[in-house]
Amino acid sequence: GCFVFKPSPKKRRVSQKTANDFGEKKDDSEDTELRFLTCQSLWNEIKSETEQIQENLNKQLFDNLVSFLRRSHSEFQEKTTEWTCRMKSREIPTAALVLGVNVTDHDLTFRSLSEVLQNNISPYIALLEAKDCPGIKNLMQKLLGQLMNCDIDVDSLEDEDCVPVSQNRIRCSVTSLINWYESVTKKTDSETLRKKRTSSSKHWQSPPVVVIFKDMESFTTKVLQDFIVISSQHIHELPLVLIFGIATSPMIIHSLLPHSVSSLLCIELFQSLSSKEHLSTIIDKLLLTAQFPFKLGEKVLQILINIFLYHDFSVQNFIKGFQLCIVEHFYSQPLSVLCCQLVDAKKRVNSLSHNQCENIRRLPSFRRYVESQVSEKQIALLTRDSYLKEVIQKLLEDLHVYHENYVSVLRCLHVFTSSLPKYPLGKQIRELHCACLENRVWETEEYESSLQLARMLNKSDLVTMLQQCVEIFMSSSGKEFDKTVEKLKEFLTQFQKLEAEAFQEQDVSVSSQKELQKKTDLYHLQKTLLELKESRRSKKLTKFEMLRFEVVDYIDSLVRNYLVPADHKTLHEIAYFNTASVLREHLNAAPRIALHTALNNPYCYLKNQALKSDGGSISNKAPDICIVYKLHLECGRLINLVDWLEAFSTVVMAAEGPNADAASSDQVDDIIHARFIRAVSELELLGFIKPSKQKTDHVARLTWGAC
Amino acid sequence: MSQPEGKGSGALQVKFVPDEEVLKHIADDAGIKVQKDKTQLTVSLKTFVKKLENISDDEAQEILEEKNYVAALGICAQDSMGNGSGVGGGEVYSFQTPKRSSKMAELASELAQTPGQSVAPNHSECPEKTAKTPQSSSNKKKEFVSTTPYRLRKRLAAPDPYLESESEYSASCSEEEDEDDQKEVSTVLSGRKTPAKTTAASTPPPRNTLAKKIKESKMSNLVEEYFEAHSSSKVLTSDRTLQKLQKRRLTQQTLHDLLKKAPLAYAAEIKELNQQHESLFSKWMRQLHWGFNILLYGLGSKRDLLEKFRTSVLQDSVHLVVNGYFPSITVRSILNSITEEVLEHIGTFRSPLDQLEFIIKRFKEDSSLELYVLIHNLDSQMLRGERSQQILAQLSSLPSIYLIASIDHINAPLMWDQAKLSLYNWLWYETTTFSPYVEETSYENSLLVQQSGSLALSSLTHVLRSLTLNARGIFRLLAQYQLGNKDNPSYPGLSFQDFYQQCREAFLVNSDLTLRAQLTEFRDHKLIRTKRGADGVEYLLIPVDDSTLTDFLEKEDEDV
Repeated sequence: GCFVFKPSPKKRRVSQKTANDFGEKKDDSEDTELRFLTCQSLWNEIKSETEQIQENLNKQLFDNLVSFLRRSHSEFQEKTTEWTCRMKSREIPTAALVLGVNVTDHDLTFRSLSEVLQNNISPYIALLEAKDCPGIKNLMQKLLGQLMNCDIDVDSLEDEDCVPVSQNRIRCSVTSLINWYESVTKKTDSETLRKKRTSSSKHWQSPPVVVIFKDMESFTTKVLQDFIVISSQHIHELPLVLIFGIATSPMIIHSLLPHSVSSLLCIELFQSLSSKEHLSTIIDKLLLTAQFPFKLGEKVLQILINIFLYHDFSVQNFIKGFQLCIVEHFYSQPLSVLCCQLVDAKKRVNSLSHNQCENIRRLPSFRRYVESQVSEKQIALLTRDSYLKEVIQKLLEDLHVYHENYVSVLRCLHVFTSSLPKYPLGKQIRELHCACLENRVWETEEYESSLQLARMLNKSDLVTMLQQCVEIFMSSSGKEFDKTVEKLKEFLTQFQKLEAEAFQEQDVSVSSQKELQKKTDLYHLQKTLLELKESRRSKKLTKFEMLRFEVVDYIDSLVRNYLVPADHKTLHEIAYFNTASVLREHLNAAPRIALHTALNNPYCYLKNQALKSDGGSISNKAPDICIVYKLHLECGRLINLVDWLEAFSTVVMAAEGPNADAASSDQVDDIIHARFIRAVSELELLGFIKPSKQKTDHVARLTWGAC
Repeated sequence: MSQPEGKGSGALQVKFVPDEEVLKHIADDAGIKVQKDKTQLTVSLKTFVKKLENISDDEAQEILEEKNYVAALGICAQDSMGNGSGVGGGEVYSFQTPKRSSKMAELASELAQTPGQSVAPNHSECPEKTAKTPQSSSNKKKEFVSTTPYRLRKRLAAPDPYLESESEYSASCSEEEDEDDQKEVSTVLSGRKTPAKTTAASTPPPRNTLAKKIKESKMSNLVEEYFEAHSSSKVLTSDRTLQKLQKRRLTQQTLHDLLKKAPLAYAAEIKELNQQHESLFSKWMRQLHWGFNILLYGLGSKRDLLEKFRTSVLQDSVHLVVNGYFPSITVRSILNSITEEVLEHIGTFRSPLDQLEFIIKRFKEDSSLELYVLIHNLDSQMLRGERSQQILAQLSSLPSIYLIASIDHINAPLMWDQAKLSLYNWLWYETTTFSPYVEETSYENSLLVQQSGSLALSSLTHVLRSLTLNARGIFRLLAQYQLGNKDNPSYPGLSFQDFYQQCREAFLVNSDLTLRAQLTEFRDHKLIRTKRGADGVEYLLIPVDDSTLTDFLEKEDEDV
């Protein structure tokens, strides 16, 4: 069933990832080459950025782990008696690493973890996966193989006598492991002695052996138990450390291992950053920044986030989706050639071909822009390429500035909304971002209610928020924010002034309260309280309230100024990817629904009038498989083939009309029979039915109900 | 059970409710309806006799809800060209009551009656009218008796005052209905005792209220009915068999020839579909190069499409075609063809995992190596195992191996967990082609196709020829006995003791030990099968169908 096809060696082309795949047209009117290169460089940039982020996020965790590993076998290093006495209890130091359900991301974490450990702790690290270790024997084999290989890597340069032992030949047991360990450590010992400890090696003389179980849950309990019991016997000869990768909860250790085994472990728990936080950081660094020219549209972002939240919690998959967006954007949008850093983009504008200029003129956002201009300008824009290019440069710059400002103001708004009760605009900045991209945020009800809530904030909160905003604006690259910062600072000083005043007022109020306490009789108390209430109702707003209103109004004005949705901006098509359907079709497909539609409503695909139908029925001229499928829906668990065949032939005969059965009816019958057989076996292939032995000439339905 | 509230806006709630509560719920509903007008009464009644009409209404409702759900997910219903994404999952996976087997015939006749135009399933049509279907009406009646009432009786048996009153009420209101309906009802339900059901198929009440009402009570019954239908081992279908049809079984060859004669329906439209898909070839190549793998799904054989892709795009590069539908394909053979033919490595491997490791190493070392892998039917019987998929997934995750595969089975995506999915890194493409699965089904042992008769025959004669004359005689005896019993459907086989007697009488064996030795030889060649009956007696059977056996005996006679 396998066939290899090889092209003749002459024709074999050198492997190349050319731009030819990128656009079919060979002429370079649409800058395919350039687009391809831009896309590639952008993706590489983003990829390295994400890796960087991942590294930073894991740093804390890895530091903790490293210090744990150092601690765990420090006694072994010192060879103190304390060590031996502790080892009588035979506990293996174990790190339980809770990583979360996003299994797909774990690989990356483990890879960088083993790298870190290799650099810092010990060269002896083995990564084990459940699928490689169905039995204890395989586990030991894998373990020894990995350890001894790494050993060879380390000192293959120095030792020629170290014959690369094939793992099949040595008996895989813990004893051989210990022997190996002793020989290795002795060697390094003598080496270090020879070198008279001049070179301060990164590792100690007897580094621990670290065994990482990548997916602890999927290991067979038997294997794990055996391994733990056996190695705990030898812990005083072999400084072993285990690391369990756990996707669910730390409780799993105890449900997997009986008490007698788990008591051999000295477990310390480590919690990795949750993938949701990881995603927020990724969105923060990739999308909410002016650094990358490529942007995601609202729907696209929504879909990616939904896939993340509802399907896998996998940051890897999110990035994969992001990659798909980039590729699609650069492929489908010829103007994406301008989707690069502003400086380059300006240069590229100058060398745009006439075709590309026409493309720009066709952009809906640009058309809107043209329509808003005076008539002479309109003509110039539509006829003179050079003028067009000038304008485009200006517009691109506008767009860039818009992005810079957008991010800062968005963050500022988020500072306010994220602390409001019930989070009318969402807790996460990504939700706010989506809301702002979707339409004018200040026209939404949620914004209205959040403003109202903001008008009720207390002073200390307000002051801290303002301070945060000031910081955000200070650090932003936008040039327009000097005034804003000034204004905010002014607010802050006013608040401080208020505070001072309030201090004085407080004295007054205290005294008045004392006054109140003097009058003990009920009548007067009531009276004063009523007065107080009256005065409060009619009272003018306090200074603080006035100021608060002012602040909120100011924020509101910022929002209205800067958080205009992107698709109101001219030339947004260059930077934004908006084709959400592509993502949904390719990443989140529903194969069963496609089958269902094709079988129930073939007109969706075959545009023939004869197939057109209304409601849930199909015409009797539908393809055989559809008819057979429709008929089988009427059955219960078992289907009688004879009945089925007859029903089918009734339908088909009727469809073919009366003239068919006049002539060679027998012949026709055979053909119908054959068609039926084909349709039924197709249904079997699709998994709707299977042969049944329960009754002769029956098939069993595998789906339930009319679906 | 769930109760959709409001106008289908809320998502469905699922919770388990004890039976009593369900009954009470139904009763409550019914009670309220009794106090209301009679159209609603008939509605509630109607739910008990599941009618297709109602169900289609429900579907409409479900679609509505589905849309809401989809919108809520942020995946709006707006969609590109006619792919099926517009349909919600509820429609596909909905639980619905099993229908009577005769429904098939009814539907068939309906479809037949109105040629050319679509048929709204209208069930006020009476079965008499449909009696012109080839199925005999007596047969049909028998089925009616045997099927539906079982459930209904059971439900009615529940102590339920409301239902009582309801039935009385409906009995009176049935008088107002026209003659036709009366007649239909009485024929359909002739076997029943309960008069309550006689109004079941009354005039259709206003639709929009109907849908909701029905849904409510339908949903409450669903779970119960599912288990009812699946718990009873009784199968309620007709007993007819293909043999009585007096139609010879077609062989693979004749089937093939016949199908060639039959013109392919909608060839033009199918061609158009294919052209649409072919325009994606360059896109696929690009995405393959970006590290994605392509997965094709949708109704219809995708073999030709992939072949076309191969011939038009992959001519200049090394590629591997795997016919997953081939019944003896294994992962091992795929790996072997990579190591032996692509990497030109001579030597064997201890396990597929070793082999995989070797391949991965080679591809990582040599970045100029590139391989396109096309797998037809990645979900085939042989490749769908967990280990095979794991290996294939790991292969496909190599940056210089480009995988493009197709799946057909409805449950194919269940093969993969998150880890495998991320290794595969799929981009899904819907390529509905509507082309017949010619190659894919040709290996399948279809029920209706004569079981590879020629092969069995030749192997039989071949094996027998190498045996002694006595042994041949023994086998002959067994075959003759089996043919003599071919009309007995519950023929268990020939018991060992009887067989021994017969053999002795024919002077073929002299002790039961020799017979046993002979039988062991037969069994080793898979000529016979032994089976222990309920009484502990050993029965012998030749696992070959009767026609082959007849052919065999005839041939033997010729030889002798």
